[in-house]
Amino acid sequence: MAQRPLSPHLQIWKWGPHMLVSILHRVTGDGMALAGLGILLWWLGALASGPEAYASFAGWVWPDLGALEWSGAAIIASLVKILLKLVLIGLSWAFFSHMCSGLRHFVLDIGAGYELDTNKFWSVASPVIGIVLTAGFWALLLLK
Amino acid sequence: MGNGTSIGRVRGLGSSHEGAHHWLLQRFTAVGNLLLVLWFVASLIMLPDLGFASVSDYLAKPVPATAMVLLIISTFWHARLGLQVLAEDYVHDAGNKFALLLLLNLAAIGGGAFGIFCIVRLALGGAL
Ligand code: HEM
Ligand code: HEM
Repeated sequence: MAQRPLSPHLQIWKWGPHMLVSILHRVTGDGMALAGLGILLWWLGALASGPEAYASFAGWVWPDLGALEWSGAAIIASLVKILLKLVLIGLSWAFFSHMCSGLRHFVLDIGAGYELDTNKFWSVASPVIGIVLTAGFWALLLLK
Repeated sequence: MGNGTSIGRVRGLGSSHEGAHHWLLQRFTAVGNLLLVLWFVASLIMLPDLGFASVSDYLAKPVPATAMVLLIISTFWHARLGLQVLAEDYVHDAGNKFALLLLLNLAAIGGGAFGIFCIVRLALGGAL
């Protein structure tokens, strides 16, 4: 890398909603790519391996929190299970949020939506709609 | 080509004609993801439960199995393109970047192949 002064970036600019959607799009996309696709393959591998493997997968990523063990080496397993459950919920949010900021990308790609107030409005609306859709998804899934 | 400054070497050559291809593929696969992941989300909601029997019966049917294979291709391709941009933005050492992109291609193709194989095995009854 060339040793020359770099322009000031994150340290100096005042944060606005546009920077937030930009970095959120990257964080959610990379999060799904690195963690989500791995869990998707784990799920498919468990399905293709039969009912016991599937039950083991479900026990890790969607544990019954009341039934976790809290003694000896089981403590570590229990903590990992709680973490995986949070990761799964986080991934659902990542998808809906990335979907909204991705649709915003499509609008900007055709050259629309650059007026300052419109641009700011959708920068705020995209992540908010993403959270609402995530809540709606879990409501439909858990209350059926 | 001369060996002047970086800008001097490329001035007048026009674009490399590669960025647009990557950019378009990121959009094509994004539309694929939009349709396929929304189908997947709707399937999760509409299945009676997410136990082994319900899920494996469903995914073994021809149309869901095909959609799931397409989902694997579209998401792995899109993720492969997206992670490449991440590496290009943050990994500045040419050797490290090369190694990372190599690894990324292996992981994307290997992971995608494993996913597709699992779906085929399920659809052809190998898991029963
Ligand atoms: C804290 C504030 C900022 C954050 C979190 C941020 C984040 C990002 C991210 C994640 C990307 C890559 C994704 C994309 O291309 O859309 C990006 C690209 C870029 N950013 Fe920023 N940015 C910030 C501020 C700025 C500012 C103030 C400028 C200009 C003065 C700037 C100029 C650029 C440029 C030129 C690109 C490349 C766009 C491209 O080639 O597609 N950024 N930024
Ligand atoms: C609703 C479906 C989706 C849409 C509409 C969508 C849209 C997009 C778009 C337009 C970009 C390009 C952004 C840019 O040029 O700066 C992008 C980047 C990306 N997407 Fe997606 N995407 C979707 C689903 C997914 C999924 C399921 C994953 C993970 C497997 C994913 C991972 C990524 C990654 C890693 C990037 C690169 C992020 C960056 O460069 O900042 N996307 N997405």
